[in-house]
Amino acid sequence: MSTVAVKPPVPARASKKKTGQGGGIGRYLLVRFLLIFPTIFILVSMVFWLMRTTGDPITAALGGRLGPDQLAERVHAAGYDRPILVQYFEYLGQVLTGNFGTTISTNRPVTEVLLTYGSATAELVFYALIVAFIVGIPLGLVAAYWRDKAPDAVLRVLAILWYATPVFFAGLLLKLVFSVWLKVLPVAGRATTGSELQMQLLPNKTGIYLIDALQIGDPAVVQDVLLHAVLPALALGLLTAGVFLRLVRTNVIGTLGTDYVDAARSRGVHEFRLVSKHAYRPALIPIITVIGLQIALLLGGAVLTETVFEWKGLGFQLIEFIKARDFVAVQGIVALLAVIVALSNFIVDIIAALIDPRVRY
Amino acid sequence: MTEFDSASMHSPKAPLWSRLPVVHQLRQSVGLQRGMLVAGLVITGIFILTAIFAPLLAPYGYSQLRGDDGPFGAQQEPGGDHLFGTTAGGYDVLSRVIWGSQTAIIVMVIAVVLSIFAGVALGLVSGYFGGWLDRVLVVICDAVYAFPSLLLAIVMGIVLSGGQSSLFYGILAAAISITVVFIPQYFRVIRAETVRIKAEAYVESARVLGASNGRIMFRHVLRNATRTLPLIFTLNASEALLTLAGLGFIGFGIEPSSAAEWGYDLNKAISDVTSGIWWTSLFPGLAIVLVVLGVTLVGESLNDLADPRLRSRRAPGKTSAAPVAPAPVREPAGRIEPSGIYGSISAPRVRPDGLESTS
Repeated sequence: MSTVAVKPPVPARASKKKTGQGGGIGRYLLVRFLLIFPTIFILVSMVFWLMRTTGDPITAALGGRLGPDQLAERVHAAGYDRPILVQYFEYLGQVLTGNFGTTISTNRPVTEVLLTYGSATAELVFYALIVAFIVGIPLGLVAAYWRDKAPDAVLRVLAILWYATPVFFAGLLLKLVFSVWLKVLPVAGRATTGSELQMQLLPNKTGIYLIDALQIGDPAVVQDVLLHAVLPALALGLLTAGVFLRLVRTNVIGTLGTDYVDAARSRGVHEFRLVSKHAYRPALIPIITVIGLQIALLLGGAVLTETVFEWKGLGFQLIEFIKARDFVAVQGIVALLAVIVALSNFIVDIIAALIDPRVRY
Repeated sequence: MTEFDSASMHSPKAPLWSRLPVVHQLRQSVGLQRGMLVAGLVITGIFILTAIFAPLLAPYGYSQLRGDDGPFGAQQEPGGDHLFGTTAGGYDVLSRVIWGSQTAIIVMVIAVVLSIFAGVALGLVSGYFGGWLDRVLVVICDAVYAFPSLLLAIVMGIVLSGGQSSLFYGILAAAISITVVFIPQYFRVIRAETVRIKAEAYVESARVLGASNGRIMFRHVLRNATRTLPLIFTLNASEALLTLAGLGFIGFGIEPSSAAEWGYDLNKAISDVTSGIWWTSLFPGLAIVLVVLGVTLVGESLNDLADPRLRSRRAPGKTSAAPVAPAPVREPAGRIEPSGIYGSISAPRVRPDGLESTS
C-alpha cells in the first residue's frame, strides 16, 4: 500500500508530539497498548466515584421499600458501610478479575448480564456499520467528485438532515411507515417468539441471532431474524452513514487536488479509478481513525435504538436497570462499555499505523 | 479567520458590522454555501423567536390538561381546537412543541457556556504550563472524550438529579450532564492552539519584557486561541440539543408538569406509533430536526468558510463589487493550523472530528 505524500511536511506535527525520533512500529504499538490501561482506569474510577456520590446502591434501589433496620442490615451484608476507599480498591480488584458485582434488582452476576445482552448489541452495531459503509462511503466519493455541483449539494443537505434527525426519531418514523402503515417489517424485537424458542434450545447458542439461525438451518428463521434487524440497522446505520459521507467527502476533496492525482489523470487513468483508488486510498487513514470514535457514538446510539425497537441488548437492559435504580448493574455496563471503547480505539490506531507509516510518531 | 483572508479581503478600515463574525462570513460566502448559511440563520432565528415568544404563541400551557369546555381528551386527532392533536396524557401537542423550544434553548445556552468556560480555562493552563499536569489532563480528557457521551450524560444525570425532577434541577442536571461531555472538546482545541501560540515570537517578546504568566495567558495567548471557538460553539449547540433529547427519551426527562421537553414527549409516543398514532411523535421530532438542522447549517457553513480547502470561490467572471481575493493557493503550505473541524491526515485527534452526535 503506497501512500504517496499527500501533503507537504507538516511542521505543526513535530512540535506537538516529540516522543522519540521515529521509533519502530513495535515501540508505537507498545505505547498505544500501555495507554489503554490509564484510559480504562480513569473511566472505571470516574464511574465509581460519580455513582457513589448518590449514596450506596442498596439504599438507592430499595430505599422506599424496606424499613431502616432491614436496609442497614442489607447494606452491612453487602459491605457498603465500610470506608469508601476500601470499597474502591476492592472494586478495582474485582474489575481486574472480570467481576463486576451482582445486580440488586435481579440478583444475577453483572458479567452474566453483560454476556447475555452484549451479543445482541454487538449484532446491532455490526449491522449498523455495514449499512454505514455501504451507504456512506460511495455517496461521499460521489459528493467529492462532483464538488459544489448538484449531487454534492443534495448529498450534503441529506447528510446534515441525517445528522439532525435523532436516531430514536428516525427509528419511530421508520417503524411508523414500514411496520404500521405498510406492514412489511416487524414492529419490534429481535425475532418472533417461535424463532426465539428454537434458538433457546440450541446446544451451543451464541446469542448472536444470525449465527444461531444459521445453525438451525431453517431459512424461515434466518429470514425472520434478518427482517427484524432491518429497521434498527437502518436507523442506527444511516446516522453513522451521514458522518462517513461527510468525512469521505472532505478528505477525498483534499486528495483529489494533489499533484499525483493530476499526474495520474494526465496519464489517462480513468476518472472512476482515479476517485476510487488514487484519491480514496490515502483518504482512508483519517476515515479509519474516525471510525474508532464512531464506535463510541454507535454504542450511545445503540442505547436509544434498542429502546425504540425493544431490541433486548445492553442498552435496553441499561435503561431497565436505571428505572429500577440498580446502580451496581449500571456501573457494570458502563464500565464494560468503557473497556470496549478503549480496546476499539487501540485496534483502530494499530490499523492506522499499519496503513500509514507517518502515523507512528 | 486566517490572517490571510482578513488581510486580502478587507482593508484595515472595513466597517465594523462587516467584521462581525457571522456578517463577515455571510459577505464572503457564495452560491450553495451562502444558501446554506442563510437557511441556517433563518431557521435558528425562528427557533430563538419561538422560544422568546412561546407564552404568546402557544395556544395552551405546557402542562394544561383542560380548556374552558372541559378536558382536552387523550389522543385527539389533529384539527379543531388542537392543531397538532393531543397526547396520550391529554396534553396539547402544539403547545408542548412551542414551549419545548424554551427548554431547549435554556439547556443549550447553559451547557455551551459552562463547557466553554471550563474547557477554555483547563486547555489554556494545560497548554501553557505543560509538564505533568498537562499530561494528566490530556489523558483524562482523552478518556472522557472517547467515552460514549450519552452514557456519560446518563451517569451525570443520575448523580445530579438524584430523583429530583423539578424544573430547575431537571434543566440544570441536563445542562451539566451535557457540559461534562463537551469540556474535553474545548480543552483539546484550546490546548492545541495554546501550545502553538506559546512558541510565537510575540509571546517570547512579552516574556522578555517581563509580563506575568497570567497576563501572557489571557492577553496574548487566549485572544489568539479563540478564533475557532464559534465553530465548535455552533456544532456543540446542536449536539447539546440532541443529548438533551436523548436523555429525555430514555427517561431522564423533565416531568411534563414542570416544563415541555421534546425527547420526553417522543418517549411517551413510542407506544402511540405502534397503534398508528403519528402526531404525538412527528411534531416534537420535527422540532428537534429543524432546530438541529438550523444550528448545524450555520456551524457547517462557518466551518467550511474558515477552511480554504473547502471554501467555494466566486467564479472568475462573476466578481461582485467587493474586491475578491486572488484565488488562494490550493494547499496552504505554510499554514500551521491543522485543519477544519474534521481533523486532517496529519493530526487526526487534535480536533473533535466532525459532527458526532450522541443520539
